[in-house]
Amino acid sequence: MELFWYIVLMIMLTVYIILDGYDFGAGIVHLFFAKEEKDKKAITNAIGPFWDANEVWLIAVGGVLFFAFPTLYASSFSGFYLPLIMILWLLIFRAIGLELRGQVHNKMWEAIWDKAFGISSLLLALFFGIALGNVVRGVNLGMVTDGVSTVEAHYFFLPLWNPTFSPTAEHLGIIDWFTVLLGLVAVVALTIHGANWIIFKTNSGLNQKLRKVVFRLNFVLLALVIISLSVWHNIEPNPFHNFMEYPWFWIFPILTFTGLLGLFKVKSFKKEGIGFLFSSLFLFGGLTTTVASIFPKVLPSTNTVNPSLTIQNVAAHEYGLTVGVYWFVIAAVLVAVYMFIQYRVFSGKMDDVGYGEH
Amino acid sequence: MEDMIFYDRMQFAFTITFHYLFPQLTMGLSLMIVYFKWKFLRSKIEKYNDAAKFWMKIFALNFAMGVVTGIPMEFQFGTNWAKFSELTGGIIGQTLAMEGMFSFFLESSFLGLFLFGEKLLGQKLHFLTGFLVFLGSWASGYLIIATHSWMQFPVGYEILENGKFVLNNFGALFSNPWLMPAYLHNQLASVITSSFVVAAIGAFYLLNNKHSDFGKLFVKTGVIFGLISSVLVAFPTGDWVAKNVAKHQPVAFAAMEGIFETETGGSEIVLIGQPDMENKKLDNKIAVPNVLSFLTYQNWEAEIKGLNEFDESLYPTNVPGLYYSYHIMVGLGTLFIGLMAIAALQLYRKKLYKSKWILWSILFMLPFPYIANTTGWYTAELGRQPWLVYNLLKTSEGISPTVSSGNTLFTLLGFIGLYLLLGLLFLMLAGKIINKGPETSNH
Repeated sequence: MELFWYIVLMIMLTVYIILDGYDFGAGIVHLFFAKEEKDKKAITNAIGPFWDANEVWLIAVGGVLFFAFPTLYASSFSGFYLPLIMILWLLIFRAIGLELRGQVHNKMWEAIWDKAFGISSLLLALFFGIALGNVVRGVNLGMVTDGVSTVEAHYFFLPLWNPTFSPTAEHLGIIDWFTVLLGLVAVVALTIHGANWIIFKTNSGLNQKLRKVVFRLNFVLLALVIISLSVWHNIEPNPFHNFMEYPWFWIFPILTFTGLLGLFKVKSFKKEGIGFLFSSLFLFGGLTTTVASIFPKVLPSTNTVNPSLTIQNVAAHEYGLTVGVYWFVIAAVLVAVYMFIQYRVFSGKMDDVGYGEH
Repeated sequence: MEDMIFYDRMQFAFTITFHYLFPQLTMGLSLMIVYFKWKFLRSKIEKYNDAAKFWMKIFALNFAMGVVTGIPMEFQFGTNWAKFSELTGGIIGQTLAMEGMFSFFLESSFLGLFLFGEKLLGQKLHFLTGFLVFLGSWASGYLIIATHSWMQFPVGYEILENGKFVLNNFGALFSNPWLMPAYLHNQLASVITSSFVVAAIGAFYLLNNKHSDFGKLFVKTGVIFGLISSVLVAFPTGDWVAKNVAKHQPVAFAAMEGIFETETGGSEIVLIGQPDMENKKLDNKIAVPNVLSFLTYQNWEAEIKGLNEFDESLYPTNVPGLYYSYHIMVGLGTLFIGLMAIAALQLYRKKLYKSKWILWSILFMLPFPYIANTTGWYTAELGRQPWLVYNLLKTSEGISPTVSSGNTLFTLLGFIGLYLLLGLLFLMLAGKIINKGPETSNH
């Protein structure tokens, strides 16, 4: 039963990253590449009717995590306290940046909310990458000092950083060179992803330029991915053990590289949605490869005193998990119907939606 | 340790109080927008559609505030109340996850269609999307109250040796006797808020001599919805909720009502007075004999246990706070019924739109339903303290073991600053929409 909910949770998390990821990417593109008002309008129109529903996936991920793996929810949310609260603040700025900009017609007002939207999107992408880095690197569960746990075995607390910024130091911080590296991977990957969405959903004058941006950034992404892989042994001496044990896991890295390499042909895609499919593939593959490499662990322990958190030792009780399947299947079907309707009504190019005009 | 609990409680109280200013209007207003839209479909009079569109703008702004302040609520269970989440997640995680899956997806998917899709969808489908947004927001309220009810009156659980609460009866979560009275009471209270907001904006237009057609429509609709909901919130739903408290949380009931002594021959109902916890009595009391016994048990002489019968360790943590919250809620509720009854009478006599003092009263009353809703929730929550799960898990046992008080204070200050900004922006933009007024379509 835990395995079922773990798969559900990972699917939902990937869907969240793919969906809200294009919103973050659009925000980053908006920040760096949209100079003219009509380009900015095109970008906000492309995500306007969707971003709110996309963000709901995060709430749903949180809810399912809470219900199916309460110990993991409690341990990780209190342990990563500060960055999580900051993510909440950034989500608020992203939302009000998008929603309030069009309410007053004034250059200064618009400039403030443009920046709020862009900068918070950029930081959110960075934070989510750093979060993934923290999960694979692991934490000092039980806050062991001198071989003794100072708190219950599955609790911990991490400061934002420690002076060495090292992922192998005795006292870890959330921000170290390894997690920042994954943060950068996330920023670049989501920028590409957002640009692909804009190309797909608009006829903006920016599109030609964005294809070039995607093409160039893809080299950066490839370089960052190679660097990440080459330093991975610092946090996990034997990163391939799961892929040896379950050979079918190789499908995940294969998908990652299919997405990544496919994007080099971005300039010659006939259909405008193809680029978006490839970057979605990359995000899906990247995330699943990472979590597959530590499976069945969900949060590794960096000490030898306390065991890692695994899907078995953090799961809720059997009855609750079983009864949950019934309502979840109904809800999942409904969600699929809503999404179908939503994307059907707002299919095609979105330039004329008039988002934010009241 | 004391500081940790204090800041954790302050942060939750502050963020939930601010958050709930928005959903109470969202839930009530979505019902009223559906009503306007329905009137338009039936009568084809454009005014109703214009009214619906006007309130949609307020709704959209309000909804966005509710969403952005709502996400921190779910996250805080894990960040600040980790132990509580770990121990009870298998149960309250069910209802909270269901809220995300069943109501938030429904609301957010169809809100976009409702706001941007009128032309694309046509009138009937547009009405349907509005109805689905309404349904989503009321389903959300239902699942939150189901969670709340379990904390007040735990059902369908067993406690394992390691202290974890596990679910053993899913159906019990929804047949909880606490749930339906609390849900109906809460939803009606949210209709009161929206009725007063709609009526107050209408009164504002009439007193200003602008948008008078809409002013009349808003005042009329607000008064009718307001009268019905203010009566129903007190009786029967408020009565049901109070009886649940009297039956299952007698010590909270005594504190709420300000009863220190058990009176033989029936308890009085306290209207005014200040609890003196040091001397265990109520100062400057004005009370009506025997009424509380009658209201609670339909028997003028029924015995109601006073606080002095209980050991002090069983008292709610903040007796005066609980007492004032409850009395403010009930006092305001009574005022709402009075004002709306007079306004409805004048409406019936066709004098309402001209009686300035009633219009002014309605306008001034605008903030008070928010206060009544907030103090109503305080009554429920302070009455449950010092418990998180009534009689089973203490609040002090639920906090995150590793988050220091300094970190919580830091985030609390951050939330205060950010929410002040949000509040200012909301008032400014809502004021702008209201000042501009509804637009009349030219067909």
